Amino acid sequence: MSTRDEMLGRIGAALAGADRRPPPDYTYGAVTPLPDIADTFVERVEDYRAVVERVDPEGLADAVVAALDGAARVVVPPAMPAEWLDGFTELTRTQVVTDDGALSADDLDRFDAVVTAAAVGIAVTGTVVLDHGPDQGRRALSLVPDLHVCIVLESQLVGDVPESVAPLRAAVEAGRPLTWISGPSATSDIELERVEGVHGPRNLHVLLVRDLLVHDTAPDTAPDSARATPA
Amino acid sequence: MSGTFLGMPKFQAAAPEALANSQQRRNLQHATHTIRDKRARVVEELDDWEELRQAGAAIKDNVLSHLDTYLVQLEESLTRAGATVHWASDADEANRIITSLVQETGTDEVVKVKSMATQEIGLNEALEETGIAAWETDLAELIVQLGHDKPSHILVPAIHRNRAEIREIFLSEMGQVGTPPPGDLSADPRDLAEAARVHLREKFLRAKVAVSGANFAVAETGTLVVVESEGNGRMCLTLPETLISVVGIEKVLPRLEDLEVFMQLLPRSSTGERMNPYTSTWTGITPGDGPQQVHVVLLDNGRTDALADSVGRQALRCIRCSACLNVCPVYERVGGHAYGSVYPGPIGAILNPQLRGTTSEVDQSLPYASSLCGACGDVCPVGIEIPELLVHLRTRVVDEQRGGMPSGEQIAMKGAAWMFSDHRRWEMAQKGTELGGRAMKKKDTIGRLPGPLSAWSDARDSPTPPTETFRSWWKREKGGQS
Ligand code: SF4
Repeated sequence: MSTRDEMLGRIGAALAGADRRPPPDYTYGAVTPLPDIADTFVERVEDYRAVVERVDPEGLADAVVAALDGAARVVVPPAMPAEWLDGFTELTRTQVVTDDGALSADDLDRFDAVVTAAAVGIAVTGTVVLDHGPDQGRRALSLVPDLHVCIVLESQLVGDVPESVAPLRAAVEAGRPLTWISGPSATSDIELERVEGVHGPRNLHVLLVRDLLVHDTAPDTAPDSARATPA
Repeated sequence: MSGTFLGMPKFQAAAPEALANSQQRRNLQHATHTIRDKRARVVEELDDWEELRQAGAAIKDNVLSHLDTYLVQLEESLTRAGATVHWASDADEANRIITSLVQETGTDEVVKVKSMATQEIGLNEALEETGIAAWETDLAELIVQLGHDKPSHILVPAIHRNRAEIREIFLSEMGQVGTPPPGDLSADPRDLAEAARVHLREKFLRAKVAVSGANFAVAETGTLVVVESEGNGRMCLTLPETLISVVGIEKVLPRLEDLEVFMQLLPRSSTGERMNPYTSTWTGITPGDGPQQVHVVLLDNGRTDALADSVGRQALRCIRCSACLNVCPVYERVGGHAYGSVYPGPIGAILNPQLRGTTSEVDQSLPYASSLCGACGDVCPVGIEIPELLVHLRTRVVDEQRGGMPSGEQIAMKGAAWMFSDHRRWEMAQKGTELGGRAMKKKDTIGRLPGPLSAWSDARDSPTPPTETFRSWWKREKGGQS
């Protein structure tokens, strides 16, 4: 008998006569109402000692240049909106390279910074989630360079973790990975003293772009299917 | 001799030694109190915490009681997503599978993400025997590995070491296995972390194979989840060509949505943060992104034995957050090593005897490594009734050891099991401790505990019981709604 069948057999025997428990009576995807979702997001990202700024769409290109803080070599994902980099002129000494998928880990290690979009921003936890679509690039891109400039649109914000899963489902079903990022890389392993920056980017700079007029209440982004308790 | 508890000597022998280590006690006390205070603060922020806890427990109970179905579903979705699934009955089989997978790639080293499951099976040692070097990449695990030491806490494995010791370890050991630290290395955590960054970066960039565990495995989609802080996890999960993940069969979650519950429960219970810095999920293979060879080893290693115990089964809900360690007065004083296993503290005391059986002295002693104060059960984010299980396992140890007439203490244990097996009796008994707790409000510790507990309390003080139990608080606050 294969190990698989043996294990399944043992499980079957262990559960013979067991009370088979149903899924919980729990409402998935509940909306967390917040007085101002963008304010909460900014405050919570700051709590993680990341830099976060709110910018208007017209000011974004300049904000990207400022956030890059003189980085000499910058890598960007294949489908990042070109206008996000309009702040760079031929005169700036920054070299911007678009990832063609052929850069090795060593190549990526020679970049100072990366600029990416995001998929979702979670206000209560101060988290940005990348679903690694073409405007965010493969995982190595936002991992190896030391500075990550991440552009989040206000329309991508959700209140808390429960609302974040539904908008990410399509990416997961398409086989894409997810990276949830809350602040820069950090450790507390030595006498519990927090040190930023161990292996991931030591600097996270979030630019939150105003793309909706006002957010009085949290946007109801979760489709109905996410709320029903799955059978 | 009859006055001693069966199996007690093992833990009792280890405990005084640990207690004599005052540096360790200071480190541990500072650490556990800091984390537990942080945890309490962020848990308070969520007014639906109890609801989340109940959902967490119910999701896990649903999984465990349909584990056969969900595991087969997980296998299907993983395979569909391009991963290769392996099944391992025990540590030896898991180690054999992993060793041959690594050998097939032709490399002689792997980078590792901190993982309790791989520690449980002794993977590093097994790989070493075949000439494969396994590099731990979590800072604390690196300290433990370079120090030829054992982890002492689930979340912060090197918590028993202070900065001066860590500096010594780095200076004497790092250079022997890779990039050395700078000669003028200070004991500042910042400099120590930087030395680790430089040392490990070289290993990350050249590694062909990574080994990880997983915090969760979603049956519906075949998605594995790793929760971490440092980015070493992201490095391992992303840069190598081959990724091998060892996943205990109890890690399954049915639906993607279930993550919303556990991604709130875990970080808040574990590090006391609203969210951990990094969470990575991957669903088999993604062309052009990350490892193109993905293997998943589904590990039993005693879990089906725990599953067969209708009371003990709930220990498999554990999400390894370590909250129970940080509130445990026994753990705080003796530290993790005294438990003789990778799972220390209250969870270790109930999980090890179930996974390994109660034939060894240490596993017989572990259910006694508790003052039964109940704090562990109250903080557990998935509502494991740890005190109830401790008593259940004591009964089992006593029963298995019994030859001839039952002794007084065996009867006492049976009585306790009877009490714990019904919630009304349990609540009535707790009323007793609540009153006791109130009566002792001015005192921080109790002296001698009654009956079977005296063996424990004779060696050390126990905290006074809380003045209100979780259950009565729940009843008062949310009475009738659950
Ligand atoms: S038993 Fe509960 S509190 Fe302890 S580690 Fe497991 S989940 Fe956390």
